[in-house]
This record gives sequence, C-alpha cells and structure tokens, in this order.
Amino acid sequence: MRLELREVSRAFPGVAAVDRLSLVVGAGRLGCLLGPSGSGKTTVLRLIAGFEQPDAGEVYAGGKLLSGAGRWVPPERRRIGMVFQDFALFPHLDAAANVAFGLRDADAGTRRRRAAELLELVGLAAEAKRMPHELSGGQQQRVALARALAPRPHLVLLDEPFSNLDADVRMELAQQLRAALVAEGATVLLVTHDQREAFAISDEIGVMRAGRLEQWDAPWALYHSPATRFVADFVGEGTFIQGTVLGPGRVSTELGVIEGQLTSEQATGTLVDLLLRPDDVIHDDASVLRAEVVERVFRGAEFRYQLRLPSGAVVLSFVPSHHDHAIGERIGIRLDTQHLVGFSRT
Amino acid sequence: MDAASPRAGPALTALLVALPMVAILAAVVHGATGTDSALWAHLTEHVLARVTANTAVLVVGVVAIAAALGTSLAWLTAGCEFPGRGFFAWALLLPMAMPAYVLAFVAVATLDYAGAVPAALRGIFGAGFTVPPIRSTGGVIAVLGLASYPYVYLMARGAFLTHGARVLEAAQSLGFGPWSGLMRVAVPLARPWIAGGAALVAMETLADFGAVSVFNYDTYTTAIYKAWYGLFSIETALGLALLLLGFVALVLALERLARGRARYAAADSGSRVPVRLALPGARGWFACGYASAVFALGFVLPALALARWALAVAPLDLDARYMDYILRTLALAAMAAMACLALAVALGYATRTGAGPVPRAAARIATLGYAIPGAVLAVGVVSALGGIDAAWRALAGGEGLWLQGTVVALLFGYVARFLAVANAPVQGGFARIRPALEEAARSLGSGTRELVTRLHLPLLGAGVGTALLLVFVDVMKEMPITLMTRPFGWDTLAVRVFEMTAEGEWERAALPALVIVAAGLLPVALLTWRMERAARAA
Repeated sequence: MRLELREVSRAFPGVAAVDRLSLVVGAGRLGCLLGPSGSGKTTVLRLIAGFEQPDAGEVYAGGKLLSGAGRWVPPERRRIGMVFQDFALFPHLDAAANVAFGLRDADAGTRRRRAAELLELVGLAAEAKRMPHELSGGQQQRVALARALAPRPHLVLLDEPFSNLDADVRMELAQQLRAALVAEGATVLLVTHDQREAFAISDEIGVMRAGRLEQWDAPWALYHSPATRFVADFVGEGTFIQGTVLGPGRVSTELGVIEGQLTSEQATGTLVDLLLRPDDVIHDDASVLRAEVVERVFRGAEFRYQLRLPSGAVVLSFVPSHHDHAIGERIGIRLDTQHLVGFSRT
Repeated sequence: MDAASPRAGPALTALLVALPMVAILAAVVHGATGTDSALWAHLTEHVLARVTANTAVLVVGVVAIAAALGTSLAWLTAGCEFPGRGFFAWALLLPMAMPAYVLAFVAVATLDYAGAVPAALRGIFGAGFTVPPIRSTGGVIAVLGLASYPYVYLMARGAFLTHGARVLEAAQSLGFGPWSGLMRVAVPLARPWIAGGAALVAMETLADFGAVSVFNYDTYTTAIYKAWYGLFSIETALGLALLLLGFVALVLALERLARGRARYAAADSGSRVPVRLALPGARGWFACGYASAVFALGFVLPALALARWALAVAPLDLDARYMDYILRTLALAAMAAMACLALAVALGYATRTGAGPVPRAAARIATLGYAIPGAVLAVGVVSALGGIDAAWRALAGGEGLWLQGTVVALLFGYVARFLAVANAPVQGGFARIRPALEEAARSLGSGTRELVTRLHLPLLGAGVGTALLLVFVDVMKEMPITLMTRPFGWDTLAVRVFEMTAEGEWERAALPALVIVAAGLLPVALLTWRMERAARAA
C-alpha cells in the first residue's frame, strides 16, 4: 500500500516538530527516516499511526485520506502495524498471546495458527509460551515485530527498532527483520538515527533535520551524491577541501585538478567545498602529493588516517593495515573520485 | 470519556477525606469562644499533662522495642545463616495478623496476678513468688512493641536484602570484621528504612485505642473516647483530637526527613543472590532461640490461648446473635473495600498521564487519612455530619439526625482512613499501564472498550485484589471508628472484643478475636508469597 504525506506540519509548544514534510513510500517498499535525535522522525511516525493529529497537511495510505482536511481516522481503525522503541509488549500475555492480540475477528484455531506462523517467521517458535520478561531484548523485539505483522497490516511503522539492543546483535537482527518484512509484503517506514541500520534495511532513505526532509533517495545515492551539506556531513564520513570549478566536471584544488561528474551544476569560476570520502583518498607511496599523518585509528583490516594537507585542510583515508605509518610522518596520497560533490561557498 | 468528570473526581475525594479534619479545626476555632471552657480548664489542669506524658512515654518506648526487635531479627534472617532461618524469615511476619488489642488482652489475661502463668509459677516457687505486674507502663510498652515490630522487620529486611551482603563484602575487603562491618556499614545504610518502619510504629502507637484500653493506660485516644462517652463533651474531644493531630504531624514530618535520605540509597537493585554470614554452633542456636522466643510470644502462644478459650466458650456463645456480628462485620468490610476501591480507581484514571497539578495534589490529600488516628477521625466524622444534618434541618425543617449515627457515617470514617490502603496497590497497577502499551493496543485495532477489558483490567487485576483484601481486613480489625460512629445495634467483632475485654471477660473475647486473627492471616500470607516470589526471581 502506497504511503503518502503531503505538506504535513505538527508543532509542539515552542518547536515545529514536523515542518511541511512530504514523502512517498511506494507499495511494498522499505522506507526509512534517518536523522539526529530531535529531528522530528518519531513525530512523523506517530502522525502516520494516528497518535498525533497534524496541524496542517494530509496523510494518505493506499490513496485513502487518514488525517487532514478535517478528517481523522482513529489509530485503531487504520490497520497500521507499529513496532515501538521499547517494544511495549503486554506484560500479562505470553509471546504467542501478544502476537495474537490484534487477531480479534478470527476464530481460535486461526489465531493460534497465525501466531505460530509469525513466531516461526521471526525464529521464536520455541519461545511461544514465554512471558515478555523471560525474553532477551532481541527476542522481545522480534515478538513485537510478529505482533505488528499478525493482522496483515498494509503498512508497518518501526520506531528506532534496534536502539535498545546490543550493538553486536543489531546487524543480524536487521537482516532478519528485512527478510520477515519482505516475506509479508508490507510497506514499511522505519525511523532510526543509525545510518548502518538504515543502509542495512531500506530501499529508500529520507534524511531529516529540524522537522524537514533534506533528501529522499536510495542509500547509495545518499552517500555518493548528498543534496545538502547536512546530508553530506550526517551520512558517512568525509571532509571538505576548497576548490574552484574550471568547467563541467573539472575542479582545481590543492591536490591538483580533479575530474569527475559533478552531482550538481556549478558555473565556471565558482568557489566550492568539495566532499572527499575516506575511500576517495588512496595511499600511494609513488605519489608526489604528500600529507602529514595527524591521527590514526587501527581498525583491524585497515587504518583510518587523518591527514593534514599543506593548506592545513584535513582529509580522511582508509589504508590497508600493513601500511603502518607513525603520527607526524608524511605519506603519499592520490585521489580516486568518480563523483564530485561540491557545495558553492557562501 | 467526559473530560470534566475525572478532573473533578480527585478534588471531591480529597474534600471527602479532608472534611473530618476541617470539621475538627472549624469546631475548635468556633468552640474556643464557646461555653465549655470550665470543663476544658479542668481537663488541662488534671488530665492533659498525664495523657501527654503517657502518650510520649508510650511512643518512645514502643518505637525503641520495635526497632531493636525488628532490626536484629531482620539482620539475622537476611544477612546470617542459622538453624530455621528460612522458616523464621516469613514466620516472624505472622504477628502482623494479631491486632495489638488482641495481644494485649491475652497478655493481661495470662500474666495478671490471677492469670495462668503467675499462678503456675507460684505453684512451683511457693506463694511468695511475684512476677512484675503486667498492668504497668512497662507491660503496655512490651505488648505494643511485640505487636508492632514486624513493620520495622519488613522494612529493614528489605534494605538488608538489597545491599546488606554486598556492602558487607566491601567492608570486609577493607579490613572490617563481620560485626564491625554490620554496625558501621550495614545498619547505617539501612537506617532510612529502619527509621521509616519506626515512623509507622509511632503512628500505629499514637492511633492505638484497643490495647491501651485493655491496660487502662490513658492516652489521647482513650481520653477522646472518655470525653465523648463519659463527659458527653464534644468540645473536649475535639480539642484533644486536635492535639493528637499535632503529634501525628510531628511524626509525619520526621518520617519525611527519613525518607528524603532514603532516595539516594534506593537505586541499588539487589539482583544478586545474597551472601549470608554463617553462625556456627552455639551462636546459631542462640539466634534460633531468640527468633523462636519472639515468634512464640508474638504469635504462637497467644494464638493457642485464644483457640483454647474460644473452644471453651463456643458452645455457649456461638449462637444466631454471634452469626449476626460476623455478617455485619463482613458486610461493613465488603462495603468499605468496594468504596475505597472505586475511589482509588477513579483517582488512578484522573491522575494518570496529562493530569495537572491540582488533581495530583488532591490525590495526595485524599490518601493522608491513613495517618489520622481512628479516634480522631471518628470525632471529625461525627461533627462534620452533625454540621451537615444541622444545615439540612435549617434548610428543610423537621428534626432528627439524617446522616449522623447511620451506616453512611461509619463508611465515611472507614473510607477516609483506609483509602490510602487501597490506593497504593491500585496506583501500582496503573503504573504498569504505560502509554506505549495503549498505543500498541490501538495500533492493533483496539478501541476504548477493548483497552479497558483487554489491557486495563488484566493489568490492574492483581492490584485490585490486593486493595480489596487489605481494606477488608483493616476494617474487620478497626475498633475506635466503629465504636464511636456505629449506628445502634451495628456491633462488629472488634466491638464485641472491646466490650468483653472492658468487662474482663477474656475468654468470651477470644472467639471474635480468633476470627479477626484468622482474617488477618490473609494479607500476611499474600505478603510472604510476594516475598518468596521476589526471592526466587532474584
């Protein structure tokens, strides 16, 4: 079911939590809102679920108006599944009964079968009779997902689904979660502040800042062609160096003339800040370009070096870990860029 | 749901509970210019000093004994290992089921000059042998201390269990032996809880009416009763009630101080299995003997005595009239429990998410009644309803008492005093219904009615049951409110105990007392079951 928000706004005393936000998640797609805490992501979910009413704008699901223009469908009639940040499992019901909670019209046998089917899907068939407090955080999370999916909602919302879990189980769970959501064929919108989670699950990601959507794009595009400085900063690592546009696809910098497709048109002569990702900067002993190591972090397979250029600007570089250089050493680098991301300096 | 009615609920409930106090204040302020000043002068000259001294001595003595017994037994069962420890851990709570007035009349009956114990001792050691008289200040202090130590025991034990063993290990690693570690670390850490328990004991002692009546030991509560029934002076009773309220306020203030300090220490969650200090050989048996003695004196021996006397008088006393006492007691307890529950649930709905400061403040006032001694409440209820009756007569004409001396008055008093008892478990249930749970249910299609039936009721269930049970049993035991505000003929089991003990008919008091003790075992059983479950979960 297609989800659409049109110019939705919601203000709380003193803050505009959501500010004229529009987005579309296609039927069966997995969308994600990514942003720092306080950027209004959760409020967007609550507006869609119907726990909040928009001050302006409309929310549509499957072409049907849910909120706005004087209409408001209460949350219990929206058929939108929700997985809460703290899971909100019913403490008086076991895992199976939690999953079956929303199956009110089915007969007992159907309820039992559907609950078993979903617990199987999330890999908790053996834990059906456990009470919520007897489950680990990851298990509770999967019960919460199964519960949200049980009534076959057309749309599933997930609010920071991994924030209460240990870092080492997050990625694995994210993959399981994606598999289960795809198996049920639901349209999904999740909210997170962790870009790795967002990348692991989503087809499309929207980056939010102060209640507004900065960019809505596929993960790859978000990383390689961020639309705004904020997105460039927030998604992935990277630093900026100064340059001047020489012509289409050519930028002059202190590292020489860099060629590549500029993601946004800039007039010749424009002063730009050029984004360099750590994987754009290659360590090469043969290069005449030199940079001083100012900080290094050993990460096992590679070092993450912070390198200072002659101008004082700093770039990052991932270097295979057998290239062990001390702080203060000057090492050779070259650039390997395909896309140039430059923002005109103001 | 209508938004206005739940907002007004707490304010009305608070008004209901506060009305007796307001009535006392108003009557005293009004009465200060009244006509009864001669009687009041007599009272201040001859009665007030003695009653004040008696009450102060009693409170200090009882608190000292209860704190010593409660703390030492709590440490033994929570922090040490000795023969029978597991049994005593819950058995030492059983004296809670025995109202102080029951323990009091059993003690007087068996230990007075003509009682069984001194008689037996004279038989052994000769006629010249004397025991210290039980009807003395020391006697009443000892009995009330024995009846009320479980409050301190319960609180101190909780504190010792959560961090006793762990801090003791820390102390040992710093070179303290077990004994100096206990005295310098564990007890000081538990002091806020011990003080909290001691404050409860002080409140109960101030409120006690039945036990001091048995001993003919004049305190404020008995003085209020005598002013009421002996001198028929409502003004005098009101004045005494106000003074007793001053004592209560003092204890409440001290308790606040103690609890303020408890906050920083409460963060430690004792999820670890406690390490206990083994008491080997003779020391272990000494601990066992001490615990046995307290258990025997506080519960086993009195219960046995009650059972024997009750059996002796049962053929004579157990008639239709007696069934009437039981039925009336049960009916009153059930009505009061339902009324308290309804108000507690209404308070819960009104003060949960999004309620402003006014309902919250009102809810606090509404649960203050538990601190007010029953004798004071009774005086307040009667004068408040008397005022309403007078207003009614002035308004509508006619004569007679419309509310005063009816079951309404009685229930009014019960609700004012015991609403707090019902409120605590009910609010605990409401705390479990987090907003996210309701949103989860709504996102799964639950409307308002389903929220109540499938979420609220199941989650409130345990709290509702506990609330009903606690109020029910408290009303069964209650003596002064019932005695002073009951309609003619509405005698309960507790009233029967009072009347029989007033005439020295100890054996005939045993039968109703035994029923009260049996009912009192229910909440104690619930408490120990919870303790066991918590211990197993840890």
